[in-house]
Amino acid sequence: MVNVGIEFKDDYCLITVDGEVDASSSIYLDEAMHRAVESNTKKILVDCKNLRYISSAGLGVFMSYIQELENKQIKLVLFNMNSKVYKVFEILGLHQLLTIVSTEEEAKVLSDEL
Amino acid sequence: MRSYKHVIRLTLFLGIVSWLTLLVTDLVVLFGQVNHIQSGVPEGLRTVLLEIFFIALFFYYKFITGRAERVNFIDLLWRVFATGLLATIVSLTIFLFYQLLGNSRLAENIFLINFFYLIIFGLVTAFLTSTLMVWKELILYQKSKRLLTLWSVFEYTLLLSILLSFFPLNPIGYFYSTVLLVLLVLGLVLSVNLKWVAYLDFRQKWKSIIIMMAIAIFLAYFFLDLNSYAQNYSQVLPMELQDNLYISALFGFTFIYSLFSLLVILFNLPTSSVFEQKLEEVINFQRLSQSTQDGYNVEQIYEILLDSSVKAVFADAAWIEVEDGTKSLLLTKNISKDKVKVLKDQLQDEVNQPEIIRPLPLPLPNEDYRQRRKRHRMLKLPEYRSVLWIPLIVKNTNIGVLVILKEVADGYNKEMIGIINTFASQACISVENFQLLGETLENERYKEELKIANRVQRSLLPKKPISNDAFDIVAFSEAADQVGGDYYDIYQINHHKFIIIIGDVSGKGTSAAFHMSQMKGVFHSLAQLDLSPDKFLEYANSALSRCLEKTSFITASFFVVDIEQRSIEFARAGHCPTLYYSAQEKHACFLESKGLGLGILRDKRFNNYIEVNKKNYQSGDVVVLYTDGITEALNAEHEQFGYERLKCNIEKNADKEPALQQQLLIQQLYDFCGNRILDDDYTVLIIRFK
Repeated sequence: MVNVGIEFKDDYCLITVDGEVDASSSIYLDEAMHRAVESNTKKILVDCKNLRYISSAGLGVFMSYIQELENKQIKLVLFNMNSKVYKVFEILGLHQLLTIVSTEEEAKVLSDEL
Repeated sequence: MRSYKHVIRLTLFLGIVSWLTLLVTDLVVLFGQVNHIQSGVPEGLRTVLLEIFFIALFFYYKFITGRAERVNFIDLLWRVFATGLLATIVSLTIFLFYQLLGNSRLAENIFLINFFYLIIFGLVTAFLTSTLMVWKELILYQKSKRLLTLWSVFEYTLLLSILLSFFPLNPIGYFYSTVLLVLLVLGLVLSVNLKWVAYLDFRQKWKSIIIMMAIAIFLAYFFLDLNSYAQNYSQVLPMELQDNLYISALFGFTFIYSLFSLLVILFNLPTSSVFEQKLEEVINFQRLSQSTQDGYNVEQIYEILLDSSVKAVFADAAWIEVEDGTKSLLLTKNISKDKVKVLKDQLQDEVNQPEIIRPLPLPLPNEDYRQRRKRHRMLKLPEYRSVLWIPLIVKNTNIGVLVILKEVADGYNKEMIGIINTFASQACISVENFQLLGETLENERYKEELKIANRVQRSLLPKKPISNDAFDIVAFSEAADQVGGDYYDIYQINHHKFIIIIGDVSGKGTSAAFHMSQMKGVFHSLAQLDLSPDKFLEYANSALSRCLEKTSFITASFFVVDIEQRSIEFARAGHCPTLYYSAQEKHACFLESKGLGLGILRDKRFNNYIEVNKKNYQSGDVVVLYTDGITEALNAEHEQFGYERLKCNIEKNADKEPALQQQLLIQQLYDFCGNRILDDDYTVLIIRFK
């Protein structure tokens, strides 16, 4: 259902989420997030280009890292998100707590600034 | 059955009457001959009477002889034997009677001679006919269509031969001999059908041999007796009955079949133990395969296996050792448990092949399971020179071993090994079935538990629609699993204020259900405080933050309805935007506002994200609260039901009763999803103001 990739670049960590994140597949996203947070990176970029659907359990994964990211001062930026998925983040109110931008370049720039 | 009884009585009566009449007519004719008087008896009368007698007896025995499927073979043979014995006793008594009379005048009395002759002849005919019918049952045991036809031909020819007595045939004549020959050849062909013999056990075979021998002797004795009687008194007998074609054929056939049976049983005697053995193996196999249904437990299955294996190969001793994760089991037969320990050590030392006790490696993809189950080994011990070691494999794991011991060397042939392997694998299948049955029962129990959970959870939600002067409310909620995470509730604070909440716990199933019940607790505690929507949600967030799992959150919408002011005040905690239909504008829109799910920020910062809105309602306005299970429901093309369809549906049906509105909405949702099972909890709450 979902394909979660993780790449460690020079100064950031790139996670790509492909497919649909529901209750059962959210564990893969959680694993990737966990690895990224546990590594020494200070920036995590999440490419949501091929993320077609995210359930409340998937949102729960991002939500559960908010506090930890803050404590460790890691910047998390989501980008390339389609409008339908963005709407889901928006309704829950997560867009107010997470940084969501449209392109990778923006994400890189923003993560430097933050 | 009733008609059979009538036929039997009728034929018996007819038989007796025709015999008596024959006797009387014979004596009358004789009396006429002696005294040179015309007796006035018609020429053919006696022949007709004789034929009636034959035919009556034929059908009497035909109907009286039971079907061999129901009657025991030995019983059938006994019946023939008893008839024969009776006839013999009578015949011997007559013989003795003559011996006692010596050369007295009475012995020469032709009436007495004729009388006795007819008695003996009647009894012999009865014996022959009853034997014929019993032989028929034996021959037709496990009959084929061909055999049945052949027998019918034989039977009809016999009946025909009775009628042939009408014609004064010369016993040495051409026609007579031909018919007799045909009958005897047919009888010979039929006599090779001896399948019943195979089903006798050893004791029954011995009994049958003795009875058959007696029957054969009876037959020979009667044949000789009748003939000698006729020769001795040929000048005084009105007709020589034994020269009858029918009687000759009967004598021939019954004798041939007795002889065949006798020989076949005799030659079958040595192999009967093998047949019994095979039969027992089949029965044991059946016991093993049906053990699960018959309510045996696993230990009993192993006991059956041990028992039948020992019997099947005539083993001197055997044991089964099973290590089944939690418990170990050692069953022995003709050997002590201490001895087993010693032998086990010896076996391992001697062959030094550790793989025989180690669990087998996982099967290769192409490996046949049945092949796998046949991994026996032949070993040797000083005391038991043939040891058969068979691993017991259940669900691909080696759970134990069956060891069969024989003192002689090379104690097992291919057949025996095959049988033991079959037993072992069948036992393993039974054990496997038994375990599966246990697991199924366990699952059933869990299902029952979940049903209870479902009932309890349903009781947490308001059941009845609410209707008062100001509004009607209907609600509908369904969980994807037995229990779910959707929640709604309505609470009256005072005579003009109501609060309404709808909530959705992230995820679904059992964990969501627990959080849902926590939410109900929080709602009911806070409801009594008469809080504004933002305060309510802030307290709720604070309370839930302490008990929700790290990855769980709850979305909720909270409403305060004031029916005096005709207003609603509401706040949204990350829940799907409420749909509001205005009756005046005939238009529905989603009430978008700022908000954040409960449990996402677990501190005071949460308060910054909550916004309160207020709205006055008009008569006919409709508020639709729902969970994302509705808008995110998918159809076969993976398309979501979405906000637009929801809005259109409500606009279209807004002037209808809320109960009907809800029904139409759910109907459209189901039509949209088609056969797809909804994979999220979904709830809808419709409020219509008056």
